[in-house]
Amino acid sequence: MTTETPEIPPETPPEVPVDETTSWRGLAEVDADEAAERMTAGTLGGGSKRLLRELLAPYKRAIQVLIGIVVLENAARLAIPYLVKEGIDTGIPPIREHDDLEPLLVIVGIVLVATITQALARQLFLVRSGQIGQDILFEIRRRVFRHFQALSPAFHDGYTSGRVISRQTSDVDAIYEMLETGFDGLVTAALTLVGTAGLLLFLDVKLGLVALTCGPFLAWLTMWFRRESAKSYKVTREKVALVIVHFVESMGGIRAVQAFRREPRNQEIFDDVNDQYRRANLVAFRLVAWFMPGIRLIGNVTIGVVLLYGGYRAYHGDVTVGVLAAFLLYLRQFFEPMMEISQFYNTFQSASAALDKLAGVLDEEPSVPEPTDPVELSGGVGGELRFDHVAFEYVAGRPVLPDLDLTVPAGQTLALVGTTGAGKTTLAKLATRFYDPTAGRVLLDGTDLRDLRTDDLRDAVVMVTQENYLFSGTIADNIRFGRPDATFDEVVAATTALGAHDFISAMPDGYDTDVANSGGRLSAGQRQLVAFARAFLADPAVLILDEATSSLDVPSERLVQQALRTVLAGRTAVIIAHRLSTVEIADRVLVMEHGRIVEDGAPADLVAGGGGRYSELHEAWLESLA
Amino acid sequence: MMTTPEAADPPAGIHSLWRLRGYLRPHVAALSIMAAAAVAAVGLTITIPLVTKAIIDGPITDRDLGALLPLGLLALGLGVLEAFLIWVRRWVQSNAVLGLETEIRHDLYERLQELPMSFHTRWESGQLLSRATQDLSSIRRFAGFGLLFLVLNILQVTVVTGVLLHLYWPLGLVVAATTVPVVWLSMRFEKAYVVVSRRVQDEQGDLATRAEEGAVGIRVIKSFGRSEHVSEQYEAAARTLYATSMDKVRLSARFFTFLEVIPNCAVVIVLLSGAIGVGKGLLTPGELVAFITLLLSLVWPVASLGVILAMAQEAMTSSARILEIFDIEPDIVGGTQTIAEPRGHLRFEGVEFAFPDSDEPVLRGVDLEIRPGETVALVGATGSGKTVLTALVPRLFDVTGGRVTIDGVDVRELDLGHLRSLVATAFEEPTLFSMSARENLTLGRADATDAEVEQALDVAQADFVHDLPWGLDTRVGEQGLSLSGGQRQRLALARAVLAQPKILVLDDTLSALDVHTEKLVEEALQRVLADTTGLIVAHRASTVLLADRVALLQDGRITHVGDHRELLATVPAYRDLLGSDADLPVLEDEVPA
Ligand SMILES: Nc1ncnc2c1ncn2[C@@H]1O[C@H](COP(=O)(O)OP(=O)(O)O)[C@@H](O)[C@H]1O
Ligand SMILES: Nc1ncnc2c1ncn2[C@@H]1O[C@H](COP(=O)(O)OP(=O)(O)O)[C@@H](O)[C@H]1O
Ligand SMILES: [Mg+2]
Ligand SMILES: [Mg+2]
Repeated sequence: MTTETPEIPPETPPEVPVDETTSWRGLAEVDADEAAERMTAGTLGGGSKRLLRELLAPYKRAIQVLIGIVVLENAARLAIPYLVKEGIDTGIPPIREHDDLEPLLVIVGIVLVATITQALARQLFLVRSGQIGQDILFEIRRRVFRHFQALSPAFHDGYTSGRVISRQTSDVDAIYEMLETGFDGLVTAALTLVGTAGLLLFLDVKLGLVALTCGPFLAWLTMWFRRESAKSYKVTREKVALVIVHFVESMGGIRAVQAFRREPRNQEIFDDVNDQYRRANLVAFRLVAWFMPGIRLIGNVTIGVVLLYGGYRAYHGDVTVGVLAAFLLYLRQFFEPMMEISQFYNTFQSASAALDKLAGVLDEEPSVPEPTDPVELSGGVGGELRFDHVAFEYVAGRPVLPDLDLTVPAGQTLALVGTTGAGKTTLAKLATRFYDPTAGRVLLDGTDLRDLRTDDLRDAVVMVTQENYLFSGTIADNIRFGRPDATFDEVVAATTALGAHDFISAMPDGYDTDVANSGGRLSAGQRQLVAFARAFLADPAVLILDEATSSLDVPSERLVQQALRTVLAGRTAVIIAHRLSTVEIADRVLVMEHGRIVEDGAPADLVAGGGGRYSELHEAWLESLA
Repeated sequence: MMTTPEAADPPAGIHSLWRLRGYLRPHVAALSIMAAAAVAAVGLTITIPLVTKAIIDGPITDRDLGALLPLGLLALGLGVLEAFLIWVRRWVQSNAVLGLETEIRHDLYERLQELPMSFHTRWESGQLLSRATQDLSSIRRFAGFGLLFLVLNILQVTVVTGVLLHLYWPLGLVVAATTVPVVWLSMRFEKAYVVVSRRVQDEQGDLATRAEEGAVGIRVIKSFGRSEHVSEQYEAAARTLYATSMDKVRLSARFFTFLEVIPNCAVVIVLLSGAIGVGKGLLTPGELVAFITLLLSLVWPVASLGVILAMAQEAMTSSARILEIFDIEPDIVGGTQTIAEPRGHLRFEGVEFAFPDSDEPVLRGVDLEIRPGETVALVGATGSGKTVLTALVPRLFDVTGGRVTIDGVDVRELDLGHLRSLVATAFEEPTLFSMSARENLTLGRADATDAEVEQALDVAQADFVHDLPWGLDTRVGEQGLSLSGGQRQRLALARAVLAQPKILVLDDTLSALDVHTEKLVEEALQRVLADTTGLIVAHRASTVLLADRVALLQDGRITHVGDHRELLATVPAYRDLLGSDADLPVLEDEVPA
């Protein structure tokens, strides 16, 4: 990425160099994905190998059993050409000579048994291996989702949700594809290879050796493919993530896209990433286009040579016709699974690129780690919140909070005002341990937040954020998000206190109304009320409200405040707001500017003191009313 | 808990795949080459055993060594040719098939961008995403591999059966008879499989939605410490998918096994009666070897028919899922008119609006006129329909009654691009993308000059962007989350201003600004609004003062229009909404009368 990023003309030609096409993305400190990449170097990095081992570990026994089944199945399958040879060589002469059917019937009987065995083993194998595959898939899904949940907001800030989704959909799919064809193809093919090779040598050593000279060629071709495809699939994974990121973001922001006629430009960007993905895929496909016929070429040449040499020896009576026939049948069986192996190999390469990505994510440590030796908050949470010379920066060298020293006694309602970008939200995020301070400590009841278990902390401190996201599901579900075991009456009590009951009841299905795609069915203010209700229901010891009523009209806000007054009694609260009407219920006001506290006191005192920022704010606000 | 509306279970038959055939058209040449190469390769696969037969029955049996070399070389040559043909097929195919996938994805994205807001609020984005990725891959797989082999395998089975009939008809007949159970089974399988595979695909979409929610909602999840809860929900969905997938596994295991058993049964019969035939001198040993070789060469085509049919079925369901989207006609399409010299005269005439899925209308006859250059503030309670009203102007939604006009022209008659260039909205939730700040700003005007960008930033008091690590080129995090709330709003405001619209709509855009910044923004906005028509949704008296007139939205109608003071004095409902700002208990006595 370069620093000089000129505006791209709207009609970007499809063949744009990578640098230019990415300039719309802008520059960021570290690309989280790139960072994750670096940790897994090379092809099928250590992380993904370990992950694969871990995933397979519980199935060691099952896999052994499976292999047993496959051996059985393949033995049965491989026996058939041999039995055919036997049928021809030993079954036919007795018929010819004295109409004796018995030897033939015995052989045919064995073929029948072999067929049935093969069928049963196959059925069993397909179901069991399918199940193991699904188990593993489930386990990957579970782990990855949980890990994404465990990772800190700092990680998510850079990684973007599109990538998170891409990891959980398209990468998991790639692994699924391998698991679906995987075991089957690989085990069957490997066994067939070894089994047939042995049989060939057993049938006729010389002919067998000639046939097996193809081995080194196969090995070389496979190695080449492995090397090249590992590279190309890595690129493919990255490109598909770009497609998904752009897709998800433009669908998420479709309102702005349409209103600002962004469609053509979006289409251009999408076409570009779509085409990059296509080209990455093309490279991978072309590799396969060399690899597969390559294998077939080696196979066919081998068959040709065996035919010539075998024919020559049969001519001289060194081998029987039956042996030659069996040889050719086996060679066919030898190369048929080679195609399957290469098919499997192909999906395996694609899956291991995906596995690499996932392992990279799973190796990512949360930047706010769980304590190794957690401290219990004994005897309930008091709610005293202390910032002990806290410094914080998102980007190195750009401190947002240079040195914050603040104590909020238990039970106090603190209002935080200040210019936008002053660091109010940042302060709130430190109190909820979205981030850990760069220096200093944040303490709850005298305990460093870093020593508290996340669950305890979240029970004690809840924040209503500026962006109130609603999940798909009903309104009641969303409110219960604060406390999943809340009864319906409790839900209604919360909404009634906040004055939200009326509008919810008026919805087509009341509390069971689906909020539609991320709350699209509600107005912004209504969403805030729902978000508020869920915080209310969670009933924490420390409540942090980050501009949680900014979209409400004044009477609604007033209702919320009344509710707060009852709820906040005895609780610690930090209320971030701009409207002085919101601030009025506070015991104490802090004015922040550029990450520093510039004023601190009871609201009335600050106004009465005059000349200060708060009183200025107050003046300005009075003026606005005039 | 699926909210995606299902089109009343469309028959995911062949016809949905067939409807996508148009995408194959540009690749007809490639596809023909591909098919020709494939047919030829199959031909060779069949011929090579025949050469074997010739060698066994010729040079070896007839003791004619001279014929061995040419026949052997022929087998070798045919083998090389076969490999070459496979290469040709794969090479050509990769281009065509990827082209197909890319083109459908292009069209899908295009259509999704066209579809109106009413569609997007209804459909979960995970369902959309899974269509753009998973479903397309399954179509691609089928088009590149399945389709061809479906035809080829059937062709191979037919031809080989023909050859077998020709070689020795009684045994050939036996082989031909085995196709009956194969066909019968396949048909039954198809029926069951279509149901399962559709369910799997839908459930994958659900899971994608949950994955997305887990990512987008991460901050809410964290602040409530509900990771466990959400993870459990995700796992429950994954478990559902697991169960369905296992149904699919079991179903296909049974089917695949049968498909393998059937040709093997044929081998048993052929071996038995063939050997007897040879014993009785009815056919030569070479014929029997060739016969069985050919028969065994049928095992793979028949067995793989299972996988291929499954693939076909999946592709059909996938194309049905994609067509569900292609079949939704965007109900908001542009008209043809343009306004040569727009003045920005905005009128709502008896505007009614109701969401399709609710019987209560939100707007029940709004009449409001905003003259060119005038600014009107829209005041109303939470959920009264202010945002909906503003969305009607750029036609994010369409009125269900009455009309909205600009300079006397119904917005529905205007060219959509033109209309949206006349109106710019700063939304209540600043929608930002993880792109450079500049790209976010110039969303509505890619050709804006640096000076214009500066000006817009100035109006919105958003010069903080220059302090970002790379200035305007800094990537703004997803949803602008690396910015503070007020910074985001100011960027969104600057974006609307930069579009230089005739009509500027501000939907409660200043709510996250501190009073001081708000004042600066308002002063600057005043200049912009001097010659721009403005519609400003406001909760605060300070914002209302930006406007020349105030309109009060109540019960779906504009009940009062007037000057702020006048309304304060005469309309109790208005006083409730805006006046109560003034009666803070602590500071009551200081409020000027
Ligand atoms: N995730 C982030 N990465 C980088 N910078 C950030 C991030 N979040 C906030 N900032 C910056 O930190 C500063 C303080 O932001 P914030 O605490 O949100 O302010 P506010 O007081 O308005 O709530 C702003 O300049 C903002 O741009
Ligand atoms: N997509 C939707 N489907 C159904 N109802 C909706 C939808 N979007 C908003 N509503 C309802 O329409 C009403 C008006 O919403 P809105 O215009 O956003 O209110 P506000 O005046 O607060 O901006 C609300 O009651 C809301 O619940
Ligand atoms: Mg903030
Ligand atoms: Mg609104």
